[in-house]
Amino acid sequence: MSGGLAVTGLRVAHGKREILRGVDLRVAPGEVCALMGASGAGKSTVLRSIAALQPFSGGAIEVDGFALRPGPLPRESRLKGLRRKVGMVFQAHALFEHLTALENVMLAPVHALGWTRAKARETAMALLDELGVSHRATAYPRALSGGESQRVAIARALAPDPLMLLMDEPTAALDPARRGALGETLRELAGQGRGLLISTHDVDFARAVCDRVAVLAEGTMVELGPAEEVLARPSHAATRELLRGPERSPAG
Amino acid sequence: MGRTPVRERNSSAGLLSATPLRISASRCSARWWLALVAAALFATSAHLASAQASAAAKPPFRWGGDAEGGAPFVEADPADPSKVRGFDVEIAEMIARGLGREPVFVQVAWASIEQSVERGDFEVGMSGVEDRPELRARHSVSIPYYEFHEVLAVRPGDRNRFRRLSDLAGRRVATLGQTMAYQMLVDEQARSGLIPISYDDDVHPYSDLVAGRVDAVLLDNVIAERSLRRTGGFVIQPEPAATGHYVAVFARADAALRDSANAVLRARMADGSLERTFRRWGVWNDGEAAYFRRVLAQAPATDAAAPAPASNRALRTYLPALARAAGVTLVLSCLAMALAVTIGILVAAGRVYGHPLLRALLTVYVEVMRGTPVLLQLFVIYYGLSGVVRLPAFFAAVLGLGLNYAAYESEIYRAALEAIPRAQLEAGRTLGLSEGQILRLVRGPQALRLALAPMTNDFVALLKDSSLVSVITVVELTKQTAIYATNVGSWVVPGIICAGLYLLFSLPLSRFARRLERRWSLA
Repeated sequence: MSGGLAVTGLRVAHGKREILRGVDLRVAPGEVCALMGASGAGKSTVLRSIAALQPFSGGAIEVDGFALRPGPLPRESRLKGLRRKVGMVFQAHALFEHLTALENVMLAPVHALGWTRAKARETAMALLDELGVSHRATAYPRALSGGESQRVAIARALAPDPLMLLMDEPTAALDPARRGALGETLRELAGQGRGLLISTHDVDFARAVCDRVAVLAEGTMVELGPAEEVLARPSHAATRELLRGPERSPAG
Repeated sequence: MGRTPVRERNSSAGLLSATPLRISASRCSARWWLALVAAALFATSAHLASAQASAAAKPPFRWGGDAEGGAPFVEADPADPSKVRGFDVEIAEMIARGLGREPVFVQVAWASIEQSVERGDFEVGMSGVEDRPELRARHSVSIPYYEFHEVLAVRPGDRNRFRRLSDLAGRRVATLGQTMAYQMLVDEQARSGLIPISYDDDVHPYSDLVAGRVDAVLLDNVIAERSLRRTGGFVIQPEPAATGHYVAVFARADAALRDSANAVLRARMADGSLERTFRRWGVWNDGEAAYFRRVLAQAPATDAAAPAPASNRALRTYLPALARAAGVTLVLSCLAMALAVTIGILVAAGRVYGHPLLRALLTVYVEVMRGTPVLLQLFVIYYGLSGVVRLPAFFAAVLGLGLNYAAYESEIYRAALEAIPRAQLEAGRTLGLSEGQILRLVRGPQALRLALAPMTNDFVALLKDSSLVSVITVVELTKQTAIYATNVGSWVVPGIICAGLYLLFSLPLSRFARRLERRWSLA
């Protein structure tokens, strides 16, 4: 699969504890893939490994020809290629508190990509507009609602025009109406040819928005397939557990 | 006849200086920390002694002096540092015995002797107290028991160039602050433009003379001769610049006690006891013998209080000086803070991002600077390093305060940097920013906002700590206030003015910081 994300045999260990024990996953451009599993199953670890925010101990990750290898994280200067291809939206959004919404979106284009401020501003305004938050451009993160702040975070991640967008639990703090709106937005992004990998344990959201579903349990991929198929006829106990109790949050 | 020795003293003191004279300040030795320990010991022994004496019929005779002043006035006895010795010690003992009482020494900072005696901390203060009209206006004062001369000390090569004060136009002349000599220098500044440099002790003026930091020293011959014996490297000009007298000072209401003490002093002058004491301490000479004869030739009498000095005039005289000193405080504090912030940011960045070895070094720096007194650091930078590099006093003050506060600032910045959530840094990484850019664009600006309130606190503290630099001859607001207060004999007006000036600086600053903080937090 060229141009997409390929995760092969991903292993992550914290000391002796193995968090991921060989995870395989592919996301093609234009595809929305849900990464499901109970809390603590390792969803965030997969995303963080792909975004090169933490090292992994085995397997391989490749994004559109850029390969990450096991072992310590490479220096940031070696990761420039990856950074342009992978955008990330954090669960709590992690907007820069001291900058306005617009400045948050402009930061990477100006300082990482070296665009002129005028060009960066134009692009950033277009993105905010596309996501429906251009009226909040001059607001600081503190003044934004949860939904607004998420859209600004998406705009910020999209500013360098990445091929892949990773999202960590985007529905966690949204009411049903906003969840629907977010789904539409994400489908549009996929329509532009981007691949989306979304960690969630929201079954309805996955069914409505995602093309494929991958279910993580005990550090391995226990189920992988088209969304309707997996969610209608689950073959693994972990998937059935997910379908039974929405929004249950066991510790760990 | 009829002219009392006291009146004669008044008139001679009046001749020395047209404007009011100051009290002679602390003759402190450079080993101030040793003296501190000694002072603690004295306090204990004084307490014990008073407990013993309370059993006797008459109460002990408490007398105050400053053992930091050193020999030959009052010094800790090298053989038994819980005791003091010196000619003032012996004279105090003579007075006590003459009154049939047991002497008990009370340690007091030199500049506080007058205030303390009036408060009743002790009955008499003696430690080379200089006679002057203001002293007699405010307190009961004994007959002068010793005549000294203000003498000029210069480097041997300048022996023929600088013979008297008027030869020193544009030159730096050192002395002890708040003394008759200092006042003479200030008066001479108006006339010939020499530059008075005020020290808090009487050792460093001479070492700085030898080192070339100042061109002359004006002080009592007793002190000058002592320094010549101890360190040397300079010459004393034979022609005295002025004459003054040492006296014992009592509370204003204690005129009767003073008269009894005067009777004892006269008797000891007559029977040669005083002469023997002064000989023992190497400060007896023909001039002194002649002075004693003059005193004894005159009839004893009580003296009338001189008219109170006009404090309004003093206020007008001192306001410009206070304003100038406030300017020194402000400029000094701002420069020191700028230095502290700059170094503090570098140290904090080094401790958060640096190589483990660099981190360890910076930790040592921070702990040493925070764990030792800033006073000690100022001494080391100004006097300790003078063999290597002779820093100008103001520069040394900025450096000392700046380096000290840099340690505190760096801890504030380090804590602020570490308080920025990891997700903020990770968001920067996923956007392709370098670590340097993340520090500069994301972590630093947010940390600075967190650091603002503690930084403001530190700046206010620095404003006040800047008063410490008077130990290295910088006259700033507090020092100038102390000079003013001893001159008018009260801390009330000078204290209020001084406090007002400090508040004038610190209050708007805190307000400004609060406003800025609010704006940023509402952002």
